[in-house]
Amino acid sequence: MRRTVTAAAIVISLAATAACGPAGFEGSDTATRGPITIWYSNNAEEVAWGKQMVAAWNAEHADQQVTAQEIPTGKSSEEVIGAAITAGNAPCLIFNTSPASVSQFQKQGGLVPLDGFTDGRSYVEDRSGEVAGQYKSADGKYYQLPWKSNPVMIFYNKKAFAKAGIANPSLTTYDEFLAASRKVVAAKAAKFAIYPAPSNEFYQSWFDFYPLFAAETGGRQLVADGKATFASDEGRKVAQFWRTMYAEKLASPEKYTGDAFVDGTAAMAVVGPWAIATYKGKADWGVVPVPTSAGRPASEIHTFSDAKNVAMYSACQNRGTAWDVLKFATSKEQDGKFLAATGQMPLRKDVASTYADYFAKNPEYKTFADQASRTVEVPNVPNSITIWQTFRDAYSRSVIFGQQDPGGALDGAAQKIDQLASQP
Amino acid sequence: MTVTTRATVPRADPHPTGRHLRPGGRNKTLDRLVGRQPIGIALAAPYVVFLAAVFAYPLGFAVYISFHDYFFAAPGAIVERPFAGFDNYATVLSDPAVRRAFGNVLIFLVINVPLTVVLSLLLANALNAAIRWRTFFRVSYYVPYVTASVAVVGVWLFLFNSNGLVNSVLGPLAPDPSWLVNSSLAMPTVAVYVTWKQLGFFILLYLAALQNVSKDLYEAASMDGAGRWKSFLNVTVPGVRPATTLVVLVATVTGANLFTEPYLLTGGGGPDGASASPVLIMYQRGIEQGNPDIGSAIGVLLVVGVLLLALIERRFVGREED
Repeated sequence: MRRTVTAAAIVISLAATAACGPAGFEGSDTATRGPITIWYSNNAEEVAWGKQMVAAWNAEHADQQVTAQEIPTGKSSEEVIGAAITAGNAPCLIFNTSPASVSQFQKQGGLVPLDGFTDGRSYVEDRSGEVAGQYKSADGKYYQLPWKSNPVMIFYNKKAFAKAGIANPSLTTYDEFLAASRKVVAAKAAKFAIYPAPSNEFYQSWFDFYPLFAAETGGRQLVADGKATFASDEGRKVAQFWRTMYAEKLASPEKYTGDAFVDGTAAMAVVGPWAIATYKGKADWGVVPVPTSAGRPASEIHTFSDAKNVAMYSACQNRGTAWDVLKFATSKEQDGKFLAATGQMPLRKDVASTYADYFAKNPEYKTFADQASRTVEVPNVPNSITIWQTFRDAYSRSVIFGQQDPGGALDGAAQKIDQLASQP
Repeated sequence: MTVTTRATVPRADPHPTGRHLRPGGRNKTLDRLVGRQPIGIALAAPYVVFLAAVFAYPLGFAVYISFHDYFFAAPGAIVERPFAGFDNYATVLSDPAVRRAFGNVLIFLVINVPLTVVLSLLLANALNAAIRWRTFFRVSYYVPYVTASVAVVGVWLFLFNSNGLVNSVLGPLAPDPSWLVNSSLAMPTVAVYVTWKQLGFFILLYLAALQNVSKDLYEAASMDGAGRWKSFLNVTVPGVRPATTLVVLVATVTGANLFTEPYLLTGGGGPDGASASPVLIMYQRGIEQGNPDIGSAIGVLLVVGVLLLALIERRFVGREED
């Protein structure tokens, strides 16, 4: 019996911890300075960048030392951060904050609005330009600094396509994409044409439906002005496209353990530039923008940003130092080092021209720099995660498993999401 | 020691004046509170504290949360958490995903519990016999139980994905869609997987119980002309009934806690929630989506459901013990 109740108590254990946490952060102001802690992501490239950034800061600020560590291991960084907020032991800055979780963290009282710093708003908007607007919260404030994006595109395996008799694939329209997929599978160049994760986690739609929806609509978010936007002609076209892929077994509804693209199980993948380092020496790849029904030109294609941002957490006492470190870490110089170390795109205006030398030396990243100027973020609305889970359930039921008409499923999900978006 | 002590305690009240003192001069009320061996309290105290901290307090708090409009907040954050009555329960009970998850776990239990009891008893009986490689077989059955779920799930995926070993053997008889993406077969496949994974633990319980079945009973049954099967039915099965009660209850409680297997095997309860469990939904709503009030309501309903089920099972399976 104890095990059952323990399971039932999973949900409340964090709250129990909260009762033991330090109380009240109201004493902190935006000018307080002193040592701070930060967390960064745990992939090798970002760790290397983080270490040099912290070393560079600490060398110049003996009285405001930064202690850095990788984000603690958990099922997802969002859950770890949520737990840290509740426990009152979140660090000052986390360089791995998912935009989808910001509304939830904000509701928890876990975030510091950057607008509270005299140059907060101007710094965010000057650095990122128009893109910054997507990261503004419902109250008009910035609770996150847009940091980096990984605009997702279609990677294809040149050898698999060559085996199917396709030398320079044109994948701009749904028809072309389907035709190429059928050829690849028929030629047994790969078991599946593409293998987006078919599992039911709320975020999986960011790598199948959402990029194509962004492209098809010219950059529309899933929810706009408090209303779901996907139960539209464009949304139905995208859903029907993927339904065809699954129905014709060009994509698989089964969970895959591993990287299907690297393993050669799939001839294509929907991924961002972070994957380039992963694919090095393992696959001879090319990259194209995601398709649209009518075949928009590449220069007009929008896609999902797959961004991770930096947020300041309310447990932070020395917020003045935290703000200075945030600006230092996202300066032109540090952004350049970040780009060189990871291949991920800093969310700055004109990345391609700012770091022209880098892209001249690394032309494979140039396409992503261009794409980075046309990215769509997850909507910054209340109940964001629930909204995405609601969408994923409907998509999974209709598109992946074919148990409902995709159009009807999108309509039903849109009604629920309209309600969710209107709730606090 | 206990027998000796009992023998020295007089049955009649030696203190008609009302002073309930034992021969040693101790008060009966005190005895009732601390027992005859007060040191027992000291020995049990750490576990009582442990239970109160990790069981009673969280359970009580979960019930509290389930009746409030509750969400986790940073310490010091000023938030309102008004009393919500049964709103959270109404939300939970009107959610098709939750209802389906409870239905799924019932399907799971209907398959898993009887299968667990039958297989573990039969295998324990076989492993209890004087066979060659007995220790090897015992360890073989126990290894999946102690191996991390993440590792053994890989084996099961290798067996049961569409081009896995099982479908290769079945050929044209293989189901389409395949096992783990088939709405009708996903939960039964998970139930069989969990049965296989946990069998070693239940075999151990039965092996321990079998040591207590008197060999005289088997000899008597043999003298009466009973064969192996009849001896098994008339001696072994009744002889291990207390263990069977335990196996049924533990398997039920474990099954109701199902989380890891559907999460890893079917990618989060797919297809279309056909393998979602209440704990999986509880995790999604409570942790991922930041609605611990809804998650707690699911948890409380699960606890109540499991208690009722356990009472029913005990009434039927454990009736002769009573």
